[in-house]
Amino acid sequence: MTRTLLTGNAAAAWGARLAGVDYVPAFPITPQTEIIETLANWIDSGEMRGRLVTLESEHSMVTAAGSAAATGVRVFSATSSQGLLYAMEMLYTVSGWRAPFVLTNVSRGLSSPITLEPDHNDILAARDSGFLQIHCASCQEVLDSTLIAYRLAEDERVRLPVIVNLDGFYLSFTREPVEIPDADAARQFVGSFDAENIRFRASAPESHAVAVLGGGPYSYFRYETHLAAINGLAVYDEIADEFHQHFGRRHDAVEAYRVDDADYLFVMMGSFASKAREAVDRLREAGWAIGLARPRLLRPLPAALLQQLLADRKGVAVIDQNISMGMGGVLHSELASVLYGRNNAPPVLASFIGGLGGRDISTEEFFEIAQVLRQAVESGQTPPPRLLFTETELREVRKLQAIAQVERSQLGETND
Amino acid sequence: MTDKNGVIKSIKDLPSTHLLGTGTPMCAGCGALEAVHEIYDILGKNTVFVNAAGCMTLLSVYPFTPFRGSWLYTAMASAPAGAQGVRDALDILLQQKRIKQDEDLEVVVLTGDGAAYGMGLSATSGAMERMLDFIYVCYDNEGYGNTGQQYSGATPHAARTSTSQGVSGFAGYKKNLFDIWVAHKPAYAATVIGADPLDLAKKIEKARAIEGPRMIIALSPCPTGWDYDPRETVNVGRLAVKTGVWPLKEYVNGEIVHTRIPRERPPVEEYLKLQGRFKHLFTPQRNDALLAEIQAKVDAYWENVPVQEK
Repeated sequence: MTRTLLTGNAAAAWGARLAGVDYVPAFPITPQTEIIETLANWIDSGEMRGRLVTLESEHSMVTAAGSAAATGVRVFSATSSQGLLYAMEMLYTVSGWRAPFVLTNVSRGLSSPITLEPDHNDILAARDSGFLQIHCASCQEVLDSTLIAYRLAEDERVRLPVIVNLDGFYLSFTREPVEIPDADAARQFVGSFDAENIRFRASAPESHAVAVLGGGPYSYFRYETHLAAINGLAVYDEIADEFHQHFGRRHDAVEAYRVDDADYLFVMMGSFASKAREAVDRLREAGWAIGLARPRLLRPLPAALLQQLLADRKGVAVIDQNISMGMGGVLHSELASVLYGRNNAPPVLASFIGGLGGRDISTEEFFEIAQVLRQAVESGQTPPPRLLFTETELREVRKLQAIAQVERSQLGETND
Repeated sequence: MTDKNGVIKSIKDLPSTHLLGTGTPMCAGCGALEAVHEIYDILGKNTVFVNAAGCMTLLSVYPFTPFRGSWLYTAMASAPAGAQGVRDALDILLQQKRIKQDEDLEVVVLTGDGAAYGMGLSATSGAMERMLDFIYVCYDNEGYGNTGQQYSGATPHAARTSTSQGVSGFAGYKKNLFDIWVAHKPAYAATVIGADPLDLAKKIEKARAIEGPRMIIALSPCPTGWDYDPRETVNVGRLAVKTGVWPLKEYVNGEIVHTRIPRERPPVEEYLKLQGRFKHLFTPQRNDALLAEIQAKVDAYWENVPVQEK
C-alpha cells in the first residue's frame, strides 16, 4: 500500500488500473480529460495492460463500452456533463444489455449557460437510466468506489453498469492524500470478470438487445432490470463489508456523521458534503445536536437505511446541488417519497438548493440553514424551498449586467 | 458458401440454399432482404451483425431470429461504434488467449440509408478513420422506409416521398455516400444490388478476404416506399443498373473500378416509370424538363467513366 497525493481524476485512473480493465473507450471533456490522459500514458508506456480507443463522441463511446462489455471484457470509461447527456440514449440502452462496466462521471453543471464548474444536474439526468450510481466526497473514495463498482456491476445478482461520480474541480483537480492499494490485493478483491452468457462467440451464437413486440415482454425485461438494481442494495453492503476487511476503510451506502444523538440533520451528496461536515463540527461546538447523512449510493436508493437514519429527528435540511426546473431539489423529492406516511418521519423536511455551477456554500450559510431548520421545527411550519444566493452575489451579477448594457450601447453607437 | 479462398466466377458458384431463415416480417419483395440474403450466404454464420435502427431491426424480434450467427441491436446513430467495441473486445480476448481463434467473428454493421447517410455518418467516419476491421452494409431504400418513406439524404431528385408530396417531388439530390466513404481511403468500398447476385457475391467475397473497413452500399428497391408491384423488385433493380442510375463499382487499392458498364443505356424513364414515386413525372402531364434533368445527370456521370470494365 502506498500513500501519496492524488487528484480525484488520478484516483479514478488508479481505480481503473487496479481493477485490471481490458478496454477503455474514451472521449475528452473538461474536467474529466486527465483520467483518460493518465490511462493513455500508462498503456502507452506499458505500465498498464489494456487498450484505449478514442471514439468520435460520447454517444459512440458508451456504445463501444457496452458492446465490448457484452463481448466479455472488463471496460472502463469516463465522461462529464454535456458528454454524459450526449450519451444519454446509450446509457439507457446499454443498461438494458445487462453488460456490466464502470463509467466515471466528473460532475459539471449543464448548459445553458455553459460552464465548467460542478453541480449534480448531469449525473441526476442519468438517474433513471439503469446505471447504478455511487457519489464520492473524497479522492480516496473515488479510487475505492471504482474497485467496489466493478464488484457491484459484475455480480451475477446485479449485472448492470455503474457510474462513479466525483465533483469537477473540487475533487477532479484537488490533490488529497490517497492510499493506493497493492495491485495484487486489489486484483484479489475485484476478481476476474466472468461474462457468463453475455458474450459473442462463434460456437455460441447470441442475439442480443433484440426488439420486443408488445408491452408484456417489454415490461418483463424492464422490471428485471429494476429488480436487479434493487438486488444491488444487499450486494453493495456485502461488498462494502468485504472492502473494509481487505483495506480497512468503510464506505457505507449512506455516510452517517455525528448522527447518534442528533435532533437535526443535513443531507447532502458529493464533495460539498465535506463543507457540511465542517459546519456540523462547528455547530456541535456551539451546542447544537446536529449531524450529516450523505447518501453515497443513489441508485439503488438505500431507502430503508435512510428511513432509519432520518427517523425521529426533529428536522432535516436537504441541500441539493441540482435543480429540477419547476420542482426543486431532486434529493429532497426522493427523501420525501421515502419518508412519506411513516409515523416516525421527521416533521420538517426542508429544501435548500445551492452549489450550482460550483458556487460555494459557506459555513455561515450552513449556520443559516440550521437556524431556519430550528425555527421551522419550533413553529411547525416547513419553509418554502430556498435558493441560496447572497446580496453580494446579486450585486456582482448586477455589475456584469451593467457592463453588458454599457458595451451594447457603446457598440451600438459605433455601428451607427 | 465458399471458403475464404473460394472463388466465385459464375452464377453456378453461388450457394443454392440460403443461410438466412425465412418468415421475417419484411415487406413482400423487399430489395434489402434480397441483398442481405445474398450477403449472408457469402459471409456465413461466424458473424455478428451490429444493427442500427431501421427496417432490418425487425429481423430479430424476441424470441426469433433468422440469423444462424449473432446479432446486436444498438441505436440509430452508433452501430459502427458498437462494432468497434465488439471487434476490440474479440481482439483483446484473442490476444490474451481467453478465446481460441475459431471463436472469432466477422463484425458486420447492418444499417439503412437513414442512419448511413445522416445520423450515423459521424460514427461511420470515425470507424473508418480508426481503420476498424469490419464490414459495413448499408441497405439503401432511398428514404426513411421503416417510418413510411420520408425523404432522407439518400432520396433521389424528384422522388415523391411522404414528406415531399409536391408536384416536383423531392427538391434535393441524392448524397454521394460512396465518394464520402472513398475520401476516407477505406480498405474496400463497393456498390451492389440484390438483382445482380453474381456481382454482389464477388464483391462480398473480395471484402471478406481484406482487413480493415470494408464498406458496402446495396441499392434496395422498396415496393412499399417506391410504390411498385412487389414482383417487380428484381426488374426494378436490373433497370437501375442498366439505365445507369445505380453504377456498380468498387474502390480497392486506391482505385475506383466499375464492375458493370452498361453499353447501351436505355432511357432513365424506363426505370422511373415502373415506380409510383415518379408517377408525377408522367401523369397527368409529362414533365419533360425534369425527366431531361434526371437523364442529363446520369449521362454526365457516365461520360467520366472509363469504358473498360473489370
